[in-house]
Amino acid sequence: MGKVFRFHKDVDTDQIIASQYLLFPTIDEMKEHTFESLNSDFASQVKPGDFVVADENFGCGSSREQAPSVLKALGVKAVIAKSFARIFYRNSINIGMPVIVSKELYDVVKDGDEMDLDLQAGKITIGDKEYSCTKLPAKMQEILDQGGLIASLNN
Amino acid sequence: MGMTIAEKIIAAAAGKETCKAGDIETVTLDKLMSNDGTTHLTIDMYNNLKNPHIADPEKLVWIVDHNIPSDSPKTAASHKKMRDFAREHGITFYEGEGVCHQIMMENQVRPGELIFGADSHTCAYGALGAFGTGVGCTDYLYAMVTGTSWLLVPETIRFNLHGNLKKGVYARDLILTIIGKISANGANYKAMEFAGDGLKNLSIADRISICNLCVEAGAKTALMEVDGVALSYLEEHGRIPKAIYKSDDDAVFSEVFDINLSEIEPIVAKPHFVDNVVPVSECEGVKIDEAFLGSCNNGRIEDLRVGAEVIKGKHVADKVRFLVVPASRAVYKQALKEGLLDIFMEAGAMVMNPNCSVCWGACQGVIGEGETLISTGTRNFKGRAGHKDSFVYLASAATVTASAIKGYITSTDNL
Repeated sequence: MGKVFRFHKDVDTDQIIASQYLLFPTIDEMKEHTFESLNSDFASQVKPGDFVVADENFGCGSSREQAPSVLKALGVKAVIAKSFARIFYRNSINIGMPVIVSKELYDVVKDGDEMDLDLQAGKITIGDKEYSCTKLPAKMQEILDQGGLIASLNN
Repeated sequence: MGMTIAEKIIAAAAGKETCKAGDIETVTLDKLMSNDGTTHLTIDMYNNLKNPHIADPEKLVWIVDHNIPSDSPKTAASHKKMRDFAREHGITFYEGEGVCHQIMMENQVRPGELIFGADSHTCAYGALGAFGTGVGCTDYLYAMVTGTSWLLVPETIRFNLHGNLKKGVYARDLILTIIGKISANGANYKAMEFAGDGLKNLSIADRISICNLCVEAGAKTALMEVDGVALSYLEEHGRIPKAIYKSDDDAVFSEVFDINLSEIEPIVAKPHFVDNVVPVSECEGVKIDEAFLGSCNNGRIEDLRVGAEVIKGKHVADKVRFLVVPASRAVYKQALKEGLLDIFMEAGAMVMNPNCSVCWGACQGVIGEGETLISTGTRNFKGRAGHKDSFVYLASAATVTASAIKGYITSTDNL
């Protein structure tokens, strides 16, 4: 089980991690500033296994891979949105962080709800209710399974 | 079945005769651009590989443009890491020469190429008929090591441009209008292709401005037909095309828009979304603290000429900062030669070195709490130019300069 942090539509990568932190030497130094403009308590409140849930077009804007990287570094288990901007989506898969499309979850979930995700089954559980979510395309599941794109270079 | 420009470039890069939207292809990249926004992380990842190597160092182009000159010891360390690595591995390296996409257009991009850039506005290269797309550092590193990557072949939205823009209306008004029409994710995963009889009336500067901003509609890439205007630009800059493609008459487009350029009006994108566009008149009177003329979107010589013409003999409003940032050294020198920088300086503007400046909100000109910026930059996201509680309006060089003179958002008609 993990807690839900719920965000609106068109959340851009500047909101996930602002420009002024991108040239910090490491992701660990950046992660304290995750979602600073939208929820300044996010980095201190989020726990490993929690979820980010959002409306349409999550991760639009810049190609900064720091955006999915800080979420992963904070232990976010998956981002579940109605849709994703393409660079964020691709970057997330590449670093081994699940990004799941669900057209219904955003509308039924509240900030702070507890939920569970079964990636293989494409199933989300909140209390006694179940919701389906899209399974990843084979190519992307393969990258995720091996622990991200870089892992394939080390094989 | 016919193919689009995007399909033809990807097929060639995959070593195939054909491919179609929806296919996943393994492609060989022609060039790989990266800048100081992320390269330090790419280098760390590279150094952690079991067997680090670069497939073809000649294809790599590294550019320090986002935080140049360095604004802190942390930035300086990231720049040093990039500079040392580039030198050690023989990577083409530009530092302080200008904004990465302008440097690429002036020196590198050729029609028909497939280019990855570790920057979302890489789609600008479509102005010269190249497939440019933004990637993160992991994708970049994989391509750097293997020389290849995988691509989902995008569907294409076709924009047929007709006629000519009216006087006082610019390419930037056109592309912001299009983004407003199709929305911030209206072209997600897709290519935006521009053609039609109106294309010949748009300069290369106009075309870069249009293609560059297509990512703000979610586009994977932007592509324009290569014509005499593009070929002259290439010749002036000493390059020849790799290949010139046009979409076939029976190519399949997911949507087709016909746009009469003469119907476009000056517009402004209001905070905090690029698709939040309205006519300038609707923002008339909004007080500003800062104005910015520059960026990969609108910092070329043509844009500086527009600004200089508007402000010549006038002065920046009291308590307003007006930043003028040529997009490259070449643009800077040309502006010097034409006396444009004198005009801006006389008018009270601050002329800065070529860099990304306040467009990315982390180097110079950063705005404070509650402040408002009108900008020719690429984005107006919340906090994009500095404090999280500040406001960015996007507009053309003419509207930005007129607003700098008045101290509030206005059009050149009201000067």
